[in-house]
Amino acid sequence: MKPAPFAYKKARSLDEAVALLVEKDARLLAGGQSLIATLNMRLSAPSLLIDINGLGGLDGITVKGGAVEIGALTRHAQAERSDVIAKQAPLIARAIPHIGHPAIRNRGTLGGSIAFADPAAELPACLLALDGEIDATGPKGKRTIKAQDFFKGLFETALGPQEVLTAIRVPAADNAARVGFAELARRHGDYAIVGLAACARANGKGLSDVRLAYFGVGSTPVRAKKAELALASGNIDAAIKALDLQPHDDVQATGKVKTHLAGALLRRVAKQLLEA
Amino acid sequence: MKITDDSPPVLTALDRPNSYIGRSVPRPNLQRLTQGRGQYVSDVALPRMAHVAYVRSPHAHARIVKITIDAAKNATGVIAVVTGAELAKVMTPWVGVLTHLKGLKSAPQAPLAVERACWQGEAVCAVVARTRAEAEDACELVEVSYEELPAVTDPEIALDGKTPVIHASLGDNLCFERKLDVGAVDKAFAEADAVVETTFRFGRHTGVTNEPRSVVADWNEGEQRMTVYHGTQAPHMMQNLFAKHLGIAEHQVRVLTKDVGGSFGIKVHTYADEMATVALSKLLKRPVKFVADRIESFVTDIHARDHRVKAKIGVSKDGTITAFEIDDLTGIGPYSVYPRTSGIEANQVVNLVGGPYKCPNYRAQARVVFQNKNVMCQYRAVGHPIAVAVTEGLVELAAAKIGIDPLELRRRNLIADDAYPTQSASGLKFELLSHHEALAHLDSMMNYAGLRAEQKKLREKGIYRGIGFASFIEVTNPSAAFYGVGGARITSMDGATVKLDAQGAIIVHTGVTEQGQGAEAVVAQCVASSFGVPLDKVRVITGDTDNTPYGGGTWASRAAGIGGEAAWQAGKALRGNVLAVAASILQAKPEELDIRNGIVVDKANGTERLPLDELARVAYFRPDTLPPGFQAELMATRHYVPRAWPFAFTNGIQGSHLEVDVDTGFVKLLKHWCVEDCGTIINPQLVDEQIRGGVVQGIGAALFEHCLYDERGQLLNGNMADYLVPMAAEMPDIECGHVVSPTADSELGAKGAGEAGTAGAPASVMNAINDALRPLGAQPLTDMPFTPDKILRALGKV
Ligand SMILES: Cc1cc2nc3c(=O)[nH]c(=O)nc-3n(C[C@H](O)[C@H](O)[C@H](O)COP(=O)(O)OP(=O)(O)OC[C@H]3O[C@@H](n4cnc5c(N)ncnc54)[C@H](O)[C@@H]3O)c2cc1C
Repeated sequence: MKPAPFAYKKARSLDEAVALLVEKDARLLAGGQSLIATLNMRLSAPSLLIDINGLGGLDGITVKGGAVEIGALTRHAQAERSDVIAKQAPLIARAIPHIGHPAIRNRGTLGGSIAFADPAAELPACLLALDGEIDATGPKGKRTIKAQDFFKGLFETALGPQEVLTAIRVPAADNAARVGFAELARRHGDYAIVGLAACARANGKGLSDVRLAYFGVGSTPVRAKKAELALASGNIDAAIKALDLQPHDDVQATGKVKTHLAGALLRRVAKQLLEA
Repeated sequence: MKITDDSPPVLTALDRPNSYIGRSVPRPNLQRLTQGRGQYVSDVALPRMAHVAYVRSPHAHARIVKITIDAAKNATGVIAVVTGAELAKVMTPWVGVLTHLKGLKSAPQAPLAVERACWQGEAVCAVVARTRAEAEDACELVEVSYEELPAVTDPEIALDGKTPVIHASLGDNLCFERKLDVGAVDKAFAEADAVVETTFRFGRHTGVTNEPRSVVADWNEGEQRMTVYHGTQAPHMMQNLFAKHLGIAEHQVRVLTKDVGGSFGIKVHTYADEMATVALSKLLKRPVKFVADRIESFVTDIHARDHRVKAKIGVSKDGTITAFEIDDLTGIGPYSVYPRTSGIEANQVVNLVGGPYKCPNYRAQARVVFQNKNVMCQYRAVGHPIAVAVTEGLVELAAAKIGIDPLELRRRNLIADDAYPTQSASGLKFELLSHHEALAHLDSMMNYAGLRAEQKKLREKGIYRGIGFASFIEVTNPSAAFYGVGGARITSMDGATVKLDAQGAIIVHTGVTEQGQGAEAVVAQCVASSFGVPLDKVRVITGDTDNTPYGGGTWASRAAGIGGEAAWQAGKALRGNVLAVAASILQAKPEELDIRNGIVVDKANGTERLPLDELARVAYFRPDTLPPGFQAELMATRHYVPRAWPFAFTNGIQGSHLEVDVDTGFVKLLKHWCVEDCGTIINPQLVDEQIRGGVVQGIGAALFEHCLYDERGQLLNGNMADYLVPMAAEMPDIECGHVVSPTADSELGAKGAGEAGTAGAPASVMNAINDALRPLGAQPLTDMPFTPDKILRALGKV
């Protein structure tokens, strides 16, 4: 469990990090909580690690123009303790305690989690549910990518090989915003067998703009659009019936079980959405 | 977890004036370990030490056609690349058989596979380099060409004529078979009012230790001696094995075992990669270190369980159990593990089923078969979790069938507390057990009636809680009946040497070893009490075959009961010697003196006569002042081995309270209780923590842990993310209670407590799940681990 040899450089600026990424097989090192494990298990063998932990200006949590912006290097633990996130990005606040264990949340970063795009991870699903955005900087400068265009496949994103994710942005929650979150993991802190991140807007006694993003059921976080419509029309049972996920078997559960559990989660999350 | 302590006040006979017996004193090694000053093998670094990494077979069964090592040999830092054929010249192969397990057979196993790899993960080539990282880099450059052979993975077909035989020389894939037929089984079933028949399955799992297996071997060519720093439970056993297979004498081998980061039975076996490391040191004439990483731990640390047991119970309307019958089948990998064999677990299952009960009619068959998966052998509570789950599963299914409360059914069938000595249908001899008292204690501790009332109410609200039990017996303090009689050089004896230092403190050398369980504390308590010094005046030294008395080490819950008794007796003997010195200094009679709290006193009234440091000063530096002809003997050794009984059986009962989420199949553990009887309790806190740790491992078996193999013999979840070790957040509070029935075989009266938790927890959790789901008409769950998947299927939801 020793990594293959690699070179290490600590980037002093964002530009330097981008420049260093020209090297073939170079990888950015953020919290290291996913990357180092893959190195030690020799599942990946990059030639160069570019440490971005020292970069300034990438770890703030701010509210700008009706959106909460979270810098890529913000640690899970920092977000977990943030009042801004608790009040204005409550879906993320609910999701974070489910990420690993305290030691992992102390090191792991939000940017790393989104860039790594584990299909069973919480935050990519939250970002998709919230219709969030991702800021990235590359050799051609800065661009913004919608969450729905970002997650391309298994551990695959829209980031170019030379791009650095710098921040994520989600709409700040107002009084009408409703969120729901639940996941099923055998042990607290494990990646979920199935999870669901959801948001909606209160509409009288009902809901509108329901967005359901499942994780652990495919190669990316997955929207359940038919169920969203059924739920908006107030029918939970119909919403469960309308679930059209096609999860594969994995070591934790069969696809059939995951489908069943997705329904059970929907019932719970729907209740959360309907509670003010 | 909440820690409750309801241990009864213990003992009278052992209550010497400064007795530490029955007291929860802190362990002497606590500060050292918590300050990071443990001496684990992983920490050992020696001059010129090299590191080895092994190239392992990716196939479950394959012929090794060719190994090309040139590129690896020339890689940075590489010292040697060694194949199985070369290493076979340094070390002889071994065969894991015991003569008292009649007919048990196995094939020779070499330190590195020579022609064939027989499981995924078997080491086929060694790369020795300056660092482990360089060794791993070079491993990737070793080219092994394999010809894949058909893998035998399913035990059910291992004995079919059509299935390939793994070792042609053995003729078939049968390792061991045992049959037992006692009483009138057919008649008893025919006359029973109800018969319940089912099949229990127990998933393969393993004991995940904090510190992986590790060894540093150092062959000294000048001395012609091998020093092995080894994370093992049994240093003297390993001394013998290293010597035997290197072809040298035992006195040429020294095994050093200081701190060990957990064992659970995993570290009491011969591992090919550890043997290979020792052989490499001899070959290369320099220290070589091997520390298994997690990935290799999962494919090479012994696995356990993996039994399929068809089982049957007969019961009459009044609740009398009339008969038990079992048919056990277990797959053990391609080799019977050396030297304890892989036949012991199935043998234990046959011995233990029905053990707590009066029922005289019992038939059993067990078959142990070879397969191309990692080897299986003895892990904590060997055979017990299986036997207990089968017995107690049947008992609760029978209770449900005839409509009797499960505790009541046990009351009617458990061996009476005044029936001892007696024996089980399978022939196990019991000196003194306390099933009924333990059951009564559990009943009141958990407020059983209250829980049943609550259960009923909650069911109306759609909340499904279950209560499950498991009465059990546990094999502890084994005599030579376990291994010695079968020809293995594994001693059941243990020894302790105690000496008075020149300031009146005590140094103890003991044959038992410290795995983190607190054996050092128990040994210190015994010596401090029987000799008569404060605990902080006792230093315990373990794990050094050059210096510690010959002993069995730590396994089968023997360290406290056997090692503790040796320590107790050695302390007493030294007290006699020291009092002889005191008597001659004080011109008193030794029998009128005693040692209390480090001071020689008048036995009658406690008047202080002579501090030990003064006595030691006189004895060591002014022996000229002692009477002519008097020689002070300030060191004493005693050994102990159980003789009156083959095993000191203990007993107990566990209760599990849990809630099943019937929408998701998830189980929430609410509470767990264990009442057990390990005889004299030397240290209540250590006993309770052994119970709790054992319960957690048993819960692991019931709900979480499973080595998942595909049909080609590939382990699918050999990492800490996918193999689910039970973790604190999911564990319930575990309350411990005790009954004390000391063994009369030793003065101390202590039996073992290390495996009781693991023995009974899986059964009680299984029974609680089935109790919870019974009103829903779910098919009883008997296939461990009970995953949400299986529970949902039993409920007909998927
Ligand atoms: C035991 C354990 C349990 C865990 N459980 C969970 C869990 O339940 N849920 C969960 O979501 N996660 C879990 N994690 C993963 C954890 O959340 C990680 O921290 C996270 O996935 C990656 O963040 P990081 O900062 O550690 O990234 P790193 O490991 O440093 O990097 C991960 C990948 O992202 C790339 N990367 C990192 N930052 C950027 C950036 N700014 N721009 C572009 N690319 C970048 C890296 O190059 C690398 O490829 C667990 C981890 C462990 C060790």
